[in-house]
Amino acid sequence: MGAQLRVYKRRIRSVTATKKITKAMEMIAASRVVKAQRKVAASTPYAQELTRAVTAVGTGSNTKHPLTTEAENPTRAAVLLLTSDRGLAGAFNSNAIKAAEQLTERLEREGKQVDTYIVGRRGVAHYNFRERKIAESFTGFTDEPSYADAKKVAAPLIEAIEKDTADGGVDELHIVYTEFVSMMTQTAVGPRLLPLRLDEVAAETRKKDEILPLYDFEPSAEDVLDALLPRYVESRIYNALLQSAASKHAATRRAMKSATDNAGELINTLSRLANAARQAEITQEISEIVGGASALADATAGSDN
Amino acid sequence: MAAELHVELVAADRQVWSGEATLVVARTTSGDIGVMPGHQPLLGVLESGPVTIRTSDGATVVAAVHGGFISFADDKLSLLAEVAELSDEIDVQRVERELERAKAEGDASAERRADVRLRAATAAR
Repeated sequence: MGAQLRVYKRRIRSVTATKKITKAMEMIAASRVVKAQRKVAASTPYAQELTRAVTAVGTGSNTKHPLTTEAENPTRAAVLLLTSDRGLAGAFNSNAIKAAEQLTERLEREGKQVDTYIVGRRGVAHYNFRERKIAESFTGFTDEPSYADAKKVAAPLIEAIEKDTADGGVDELHIVYTEFVSMMTQTAVGPRLLPLRLDEVAAETRKKDEILPLYDFEPSAEDVLDALLPRYVESRIYNALLQSAASKHAATRRAMKSATDNAGELINTLSRLANAARQAEITQEISEIVGGASALADATAGSDN
Repeated sequence: MAAELHVELVAADRQVWSGEATLVVARTTSGDIGVMPGHQPLLGVLESGPVTIRTSDGATVVAAVHGGFISFADDKLSLLAEVAELSDEIDVQRVERELERAKAEGDASAERRADVRLRAATAAR
């Protein structure tokens, strides 16, 4: 076999192996998206009921709470960035990071000091490499976040927002995550989670003209709100974690699909080149034989004379 | 037929139980509360404790609930809990082991959680 042909054959083999791997990864990601989507759906009843309850307390009483009152002069903000632990997901992580950086820039322009909290090794690595300060980071659960993980993430954030700004607390909490719109579309978004805008929360849940009943609070409206709001924040963070996980798997699936497609194309091209090389080799051999034979015939014809 | 109320028992990551009931007893921070159809709208903070639901066909459902809320309006009752388990989902032997361990380690909250589970599991039997 000619040297060139051997090189082509080797490359085809290696690309075929890569294609098998990316195909398997695509399949795994596809099944994980479905699982993650189911988890998002399973967490919806809780989130819905909780939002209803928050609306009920927020609109049914005149209670003031640090989580719902806007600071008059916000000077510090916290940004929670959700990325994934592993890559191979196309632009998933860089989109989320870019969104967080834009948000941070905007907040800094408004004169606020920004504390960054990061979930996921990718985001942590990005910030560490640029030697930026991270207030706190959490890793190891982004593929399948549980509610306990959301609680763990939420705890320091709630603590920070309840503290006075002068003691290192924050006035605002923004959360940057990748919203799972559909299998094909995932967008990085950065809404403000706290302080809560109760009218917005209300608009989210309430159908038109529905009048919320006058609740009897047990033990009191303040206590209920005190207990309710941290749970609400946790549930929002949980939801964001789940959506981010679903988006990551969808992005991985897409990236791996195009990798598989590219590998297929590459194999096609290489096979053609290998075929051409083989054909050229054969042609050359034939012409060598023919040339050799006619030289031999010429030689014998000459010696007869 | 007695009036009914619709109950949704939801944990953070799943819906645990839903159906019609005639009476729900839950433990709030200020004491046990029983809710029957036609109760006035209520929103309360739950203690971790067993929740007893008497369904409209006379059966009793008991669940161990750890922290959360009870909200009732228009004959619809929602029990929101971070963690909730139905009594028949609870593995008694495992919980007993957990209780022992929590006692040995002096972990008060774990002990309380295990205790609530155990009580919910035994109440249903």
